[in-house]
Amino acid sequence: MLPEEITKFIGKSIGVVACEVEKGSIKRFADAVEETNPLYWDEKYAAKSRYGSIIAPPGFFGWPVKLPPCATFQRPTDIADPPEATDEMRTALAKAGYANVLDGGIEYEFFQPVRAGDMLTAKSSIKDIREREGKMGKMAFLIIETIYYNKKNEQVAIARATAIYL
Amino acid sequence: MAKQIYWEDVDVNYELPPLPKIATTRMLVKWAGASGDFNPLHYDAAFAAAVGVGNPIVHGALKRQWLVQLMTDWMGEQGTLKKFACSYRAMDWPRKMATPMTPEEGETWQCKGKVAKKYVEDGQHCVDCEIWIENGKGEVTTPGTATVVLPSKG
Repeated sequence: MLPEEITKFIGKSIGVVACEVEKGSIKRFADAVEETNPLYWDEKYAAKSRYGSIIAPPGFFGWPVKLPPCATFQRPTDIADPPEATDEMRTALAKAGYANVLDGGIEYEFFQPVRAGDMLTAKSSIKDIREREGKMGKMAFLIIETIYYNKKNEQVAIARATAIYL
Repeated sequence: MAKQIYWEDVDVNYELPPLPKIATTRMLVKWAGASGDFNPLHYDAAFAAAVGVGNPIVHGALKRQWLVQLMTDWMGEQGTLKKFACSYRAMDWPRKMATPMTPEEGETWQCKGKVAKKYVEDGQHCVDCEIWIENGKGEVTTPGTATVVLPSKG
């Protein structure tokens, strides 16, 4: 049974961060994957496409398992809800013997393309925390839901990431 | 870029053209910088050994991005990726570098997909796919699913 110190985070917001989607970040991200799609760096090509400008590959949202979210948002321009909840939760997990975290997987729904120059806001919350028994012993599974908004406040995407603490 | 694919071109069990990928320690460094995942599990041999995974492992999210590329390459510029999911079921270890630019001999991973369902929903011509990554031994390390909207010939 997970202690209340941990389960009390279910449903809690763990951070709101905002960041500008930069052309250079998109290029570096695409390059790391060895992507060949010119939509991610060729301005002339992208201008003639249905997108009208350079777009980010789907999933360009940093590493949502990392709390707070969006590591491509390494220098976020704005943080509301400072992520103290994250530190408190991690401390509680470590105290219960869960010191290491593995990325378990992710689910995305995409609603709008993300363009270079967009301002994205990412709001994260803990959807669920449950204990499971596996090959490596007891593990705590966390589902972190992050909703991404653009500057028109439209939902751009939703990510549900699984973080496995062991 | 490949010719644009249309909803009418595919049927259930259609196999997507596989996308080969080679994970190298160099690629992992680039991914860490680009994604912000600086977990030493992916670059520090001593740390990885202490955690119990032997050597630094490939970031799950990098594998995810390979599978995203599988879908976006296949759907073409007129296609749209609507949904995507994957699980990092088994670990993968990158090839080390033999020279600054070339990796040692080793395994090549294959990103693969197969059409599971095609349907029209809210006017969108959708295709659900099963997707996965096979390691050099042909074992599935990263299974997943994806839904794309494809253009229709009408």
